[in-house]
Amino acid sequence: MRPFTYLRAKSPAEAAALAAQVDGSRFIAGGTNLLDLMKLDIETPTHLIDVNGLALDRIEATPEGGVRIGALVRNTDLAADARIRKDYGLLSRALLAGASGQLRNRATTAGNLLQRTRCPYFYDTNQPCNKRQPGSGCAAIDGFSRSLGIIGVSEACIATHPSDMAVAMRALDAQVETVRPDGTTRRIPLAELHRLPGNTPNIETTLAAHELITAVTLPAPLGGVHIYQKVRDRASYAFALISVGAAIQKDGSGHIALGGVAHKPWRVEAAEAVMAQGAKAVSEQLLAGATPTGQNAFKLTLVERTLASVMAQARALA
Amino acid sequence: MDDCDLMSISRRKFLIVGAVTAATVALPPFISARASAANAARPIKAKVAFQVNGQPRALDLDTRTTLLDALRENLQLTGTKKGCDHGQCGACTVIVDGRRLNACLTLAVMHEGSTVTTIEGLGTPDKLHPMQAAFIKHDGYQCGYCTPGQICSAVAVLGEIRDGIPSHASPSLTDQPQLITSEIQERMSGNLCRCGAYSNIIEAITEVAEANV
Amino acid sequence: MKFDTPATTNPIDQMKVVGKATTRIEGPLKTTGLAPYAYEHHTVVPNQAYGVVVGSAIAKGRIASMDLELAQSAPGVIAIVTAANAGKLGKGKYNTATLLGGPDIEHYHQAVALVVAETFEQARAAAELVNVSYVSAEGAFDLASSRGSGVEAKDQMADTVHGDFAGAFAAAPVQLDATYTTPDQAHVMMEPFASMASWQGDQLTLWTSNQMIDWSVTDLATTLGMPKQKVRLISPYIGGGFGGKLFIRSDAVLAALGARLAGRPVKVALARPLMINNSTHRPATIQRIRIGASSDGKITAMAHEGWSGDLPGGKVERAAQPSKLLYAGENRLVTMRLTTLDLPEGNAMRAPGETPGMMALEIAMDEMAEKLKIDPVEFRILNDTQVDPTNPKRPFSKRQLIECLRTGAERFGWNERHAQPGTQRDGRWLIGMGVAVAFRNNNLVTSGARVRLNDQGMVTVETDMTDIGTGSYTIIGQTAAEMMGVSLDKVVVRLGDSSFPVSAGSGGQFGANCSTAGVYAACVKLREAVAQRLGVNADDAVFADGEVRSAGKSIPLRNAAQAGEIVAEDSIEFAELSKQFQQSTFGAHFVEVAVDSATGETRVRRMLAVCAAGRILNPTSARSQVIGAMTMGVGAALMEELAVDKRRGFFVNHDLAGYEVPVHADIPHQEVIFLDETDAVSSPMKAKGVGELGLCGVSAAIANAVYNATGIRVRDYPITLDKMLDKLPEMI
Repeated sequence: MRPFTYLRAKSPAEAAALAAQVDGSRFIAGGTNLLDLMKLDIETPTHLIDVNGLALDRIEATPEGGVRIGALVRNTDLAADARIRKDYGLLSRALLAGASGQLRNRATTAGNLLQRTRCPYFYDTNQPCNKRQPGSGCAAIDGFSRSLGIIGVSEACIATHPSDMAVAMRALDAQVETVRPDGTTRRIPLAELHRLPGNTPNIETTLAAHELITAVTLPAPLGGVHIYQKVRDRASYAFALISVGAAIQKDGSGHIALGGVAHKPWRVEAAEAVMAQGAKAVSEQLLAGATPTGQNAFKLTLVERTLASVMAQARALA
Repeated sequence: MDDCDLMSISRRKFLIVGAVTAATVALPPFISARASAANAARPIKAKVAFQVNGQPRALDLDTRTTLLDALRENLQLTGTKKGCDHGQCGACTVIVDGRRLNACLTLAVMHEGSTVTTIEGLGTPDKLHPMQAAFIKHDGYQCGYCTPGQICSAVAVLGEIRDGIPSHASPSLTDQPQLITSEIQERMSGNLCRCGAYSNIIEAITEVAEANV
Repeated sequence: MKFDTPATTNPIDQMKVVGKATTRIEGPLKTTGLAPYAYEHHTVVPNQAYGVVVGSAIAKGRIASMDLELAQSAPGVIAIVTAANAGKLGKGKYNTATLLGGPDIEHYHQAVALVVAETFEQARAAAELVNVSYVSAEGAFDLASSRGSGVEAKDQMADTVHGDFAGAFAAAPVQLDATYTTPDQAHVMMEPFASMASWQGDQLTLWTSNQMIDWSVTDLATTLGMPKQKVRLISPYIGGGFGGKLFIRSDAVLAALGARLAGRPVKVALARPLMINNSTHRPATIQRIRIGASSDGKITAMAHEGWSGDLPGGKVERAAQPSKLLYAGENRLVTMRLTTLDLPEGNAMRAPGETPGMMALEIAMDEMAEKLKIDPVEFRILNDTQVDPTNPKRPFSKRQLIECLRTGAERFGWNERHAQPGTQRDGRWLIGMGVAVAFRNNNLVTSGARVRLNDQGMVTVETDMTDIGTGSYTIIGQTAAEMMGVSLDKVVVRLGDSSFPVSAGSGGQFGANCSTAGVYAACVKLREAVAQRLGVNADDAVFADGEVRSAGKSIPLRNAAQAGEIVAEDSIEFAELSKQFQQSTFGAHFVEVAVDSATGETRVRRMLAVCAAGRILNPTSARSQVIGAMTMGVGAALMEELAVDKRRGFFVNHDLAGYEVPVHADIPHQEVIFLDETDAVSSPMKAKGVGELGLCGVSAAIANAVYNATGIRVRDYPITLDKMLDKLPEMI
């Protein structure tokens, strides 16, 4: 870990402005992924701006009947919030399926969205990785790829986004609020926050330099049955092989997003149009054009079967 | 960057400079030659003050110092263990401002004014915390290395259930979570024990939980 | 003390302290964080510096050049050790790869440098600045494609050829011929490899985390080219080992070299992501098993042929070994072949050989039972043998395998198992039960101890025996208490210091029996010395309740030490009994699993182990050893696999997020039953080991339960969902 200067910011706008003033700045909130990567010399900031003191830790109602979740709301608090549990159960469930109690106590809403891939080659600085070291190549494609992406991948990168929370938020039509160094703010649909790898897997989001996420908003509750099914080798404290986040209505329609398959939470609205035809049809739409490796082709079947299981559970609960 | 720079490999990256056999694996020279200017600089220090086990402690630390290393190396409170240093094992679990966390994945300087409780603050051999006593009684450990983290976690878990925080194992999101085995197992899953004392640990925690009801 | 005839009645048989369920005597230290592990000896020497290890970026080849300039000039850096400045290094007897690489590189993450600095943060940062250029060479990294070049490692495991396997197998009306694979596995003990070295002149003291003190003193001295007498190892607490800490590793050697170069104490812990490729692992195996039986279920032919790989000069994983002894049968072929692989060093991990061997053999037995349409418990009972099948004149000293199976079947409710696979459901879960035998030999190793009695009546035991979580502190205390007739709180146990008598150490599940037998021997001497001081007859003196009773007199034990502390030392040495008797431990594992019919995720619902392993010295810690082993067996069955990158030659998932081991949520309540047993052939303690027994067979019981639940036979461990998805029931 390289030496860095450290500063506590007092307001979101100030934090963004400060970041733009010092080369090598990064925001630190929970730190659970950033420090992990700094210890491995994968993240190498020279200036850390601690944003934990910003008053972004509230969950409040929006005039549109939805909720606004502060960027610094801890995963535990978000999952345990009474309104989230009642109206956005999918989000609670996804959060609780992730990491461990200790990590959820620290990890923040924005940090969770911005966590980096768990591809083992990304994590090993002796290995080529286009995401870590642009142009160095991808060791994963012909290597150990069992847990990696099957759709939206490129010849440069097959990494997945590891978040469970983001899958739920994608299914729930979340938007991200930000502030930029010049003080301007904007809203970005979550669907547009994460990028596909293409030829620049090192660029993971559409955020501008030093743009700070201040909140995530959810529209009014969707209703229906909320299920987050995470499939993994061990029963807890593991990243998903795949996951299915679903909010399914009595009539069988609904929203569906997948985790563990792509560089971003994966949702295809067209797939939701064929839910009446069953899991196979939905799965085919969701994963049309998938290019798995030999080691992770099983995810195609796994998605379809898990989806079928989720839809059956929803029917039973409706 | 000239050729000379290309050859001077930064960090422990490698370059193929010759071939031992005809079949030498062609590894790409993915080099970042920026010889870290930051690393050549002096270490950067910062002051931080917090309470540890009821005692005020003021430290002047390299900003890179994790809470875990501050406890273990600077304060010599080695009851908090370093198992992985990457948030993958839970051996470093301590309770900060009433919440358990992985001390390895947070910087000490981020905890100005915090209240930290480590295993040493829960109890001593002469005055064991009930959870410590239960771990001894139920043999909830073997090598002992994950044990302080398990115990700190267990104490916090009972609080989390009491506070109504749901878990992945909660059948309902809206009901008060129950003090049942599946809940405790799920909530303790961030604490690995390679000796495999899980079954006994759950017995120990259950006994303490039931005594508190 | 020579142990060359079976034990007769002795003071241990009183079982006043030994055999009683006893909480660990070091428990209050461990649960309060006060038990000091290797990296935590802050106060023993001043001025400690920090070392961080740099690992090789390639699997095989050589270092072309190293540029240390940036690292050397980084803040706080005191010294950098590399092969170029380390001086001539030897190699320990128990190491295959050298512990400091360069210029030749033998495996990925082999240590190539140690950066020593004032603080950990500085050392870690400077380690990133060490510039190494490598020349990579082609290596062999794939066992399956290399197996053809495997050779018999005669000195490690010679072929067993008994009778006419080929003929008998061909003639058998019922046959099985199946191939199984087990992956490379990692110990991943919770405490990383760690050492602190301090030199006083030419004398080295190393605080470390090590299972075998005397081996490691010898190997460290050999590596550093110095006399053994000048090396002292101290390892009072060990945060898990499982075979990974049987030997010195790079942390020990580099701490010593770093401290010499820096001129002050240096402590080194391996970073977790470096550990898996830097240290040893359990090698992968391929195992072909053929069983021929008569139609009434008697095995007539058994072949178990295995393959494993290691670095040049390395070890074969003796996976086929259990098939020499476990089941009856006239005709037998048992072989292992060792091939060269350039992966990190393969070496012992908990129950080496037997663990992967039983993982395969006990699936094969399940498959064979099914072919024969015989219940798998009954099939094993039918083929029990009370003698070494290749030498019928050599009986087992004790073999209660049938009792283990019968007791377990009854306690587990085995009769409720559906014989037809895939026919029991609980909602979306498919339910199944499985059984497997546990089997592990009982090894005997010389073990010594020193015992002191002071004028307060306190007994102090000193031995270099280690407690790696096994419960050594407590059983050694219990043994001394029993022998000297005092309560456990009158005994002080000091372990893990090379200045104490050489013990068996912790390995091969021999530690408990042998180390306590060594304490027994020393206590016999102490009793003689006490009797002499008190002027009583040692042969009829009774040591009880803190007194020595003889000829109608009762004298407080402490009186014997009024004139000064009494010290006695002895060791137990095992003679020829193992040639006359086969000594082994036995058990039966019963498991119930649930498999998600949609996803193929397997979760274990119930586990029971029944063990017959001689006298159980402390049922509390023995039970913990077994449940811990069962937990490790769940990992081996369902998730543990070091993923080999066959192009780049390393284990890719080299941290605790990538290499998954069971968590709390994976493990149900576990039951253990110990059958009442003493084995007088084993030692004066009449005990054997359980720590490895508990692991042998568990994974196969799970595999068999998965088969019973789903009808899907997975022969390649671990049994992950991707291997079952296509065969699971159609989704509606």
